[in-house]
Amino acid sequence: MDIRPDILIIIIGSALVTAIPRIAPMVLLSRIALPAWLRAWLGAVPVAILAALLASELLVPGGRIAGPSGYPALLAILPVLVITALTRSLMGAVIAGMLTISLLRAL
Amino acid sequence: MNGEGRAGTLRQGAQAALPIVLGYLSIGFAAGVVQRASGLSVAEVMLMSLLLYAGSAQFVVAGLIAAASHAQLPVLAIVATVFLVNLRHVLLSAALAPHFTSVSAGRNALLGLQLTDETFVVAWTALVRGALPQRGRAAWMAGLNLSAYFSWAAANLAGALASGLVADARASGFDFALPAMFAALLVLQFTAPQSTSPEAAGQQAAQRARMRGMLVVALIAAALAVGIALLIPGQWNILLATLVAATLALVLDKAWTSARTS
Repeated sequence: MDIRPDILIIIIGSALVTAIPRIAPMVLLSRIALPAWLRAWLGAVPVAILAALLASELLVPGGRIAGPSGYPALLAILPVLVITALTRSLMGAVIAGMLTISLLRAL
Repeated sequence: MNGEGRAGTLRQGAQAALPIVLGYLSIGFAAGVVQRASGLSVAEVMLMSLLLYAGSAQFVVAGLIAAASHAQLPVLAIVATVFLVNLRHVLLSAALAPHFTSVSAGRNALLGLQLTDETFVVAWTALVRGALPQRGRAAWMAGLNLSAYFSWAAANLAGALASGLVADARASGFDFALPAMFAALLVLQFTAPQSTSPEAAGQQAAQRARMRGMLVVALIAAALAVGIALLIPGQWNILLATLVAATLALVLDKAWTSARTS
């Protein structure tokens, strides 16, 4: 069983900071209501995170501007967007993206 | 529940999880492969799967570990990013809370612990349809949660073990599962149907304004993430971009609303 100490800290820390937002409202919030501004702020977080993650994955992988090896990903993201919008199928979109990028890299 | 008792409702909850299980088996397999490819051992993958149990966050951790130099992992940045990635669960948990008032605090804690976007959507749909009587509601949710949880763990394990057989993650396109999932989830944010209500038609304008706001947030966050990545070394770009973009969104929304009403 090889578990490195720093990875263990990352996993336990991540698990704790994930568990608290999952548990606390279920336990407490039947009584207290979040202020509207906080609800609005939290509501904007998922979109912001997803956009930030996607942009850095595609445009600056590893902290550097994407070179030619990153071009297939930029193209393959298009069928993912279209298929998700049309079918709302997360799996279908992910598989289509993987197939597209495999084809592009094989060319 | 027609006297079927807790076991019956537990089973019904588990059956309601079937679409989630199918999704988790494939995404979870990809997650297992990606996590191994980022340098995590099988034991580390499984520990993360069982303790963290959060699809996008596990991809994020794998991505951040892969991007970092192995001599020095940005532990604090990774944990802070996971916190932010998973902070949205506050909303899901808060939305479910009023429906679980007759459930003890301890059971609510256990139910909340395994809350995911997908289990929330299935549970929420069942609650809105009135398909879940107060009695047995917690058992139903536990069945839903446990099915999803164990299918995710099994898929992670299968992916982690099979990653050695998947000779080249790049050739198979598995490394693209991560950005593809982010892109698909992003689109789903814009297409996700709001809880249907009689006055839905009157809300269409508000809905369009919300979509516009989200698009602005997404563009700001994307631009900031790229800009910060080039300026500041380390993995802080996602965290900073999200904090600034979400806050800007709030300010812009306030300004937009007051401009319209004045």
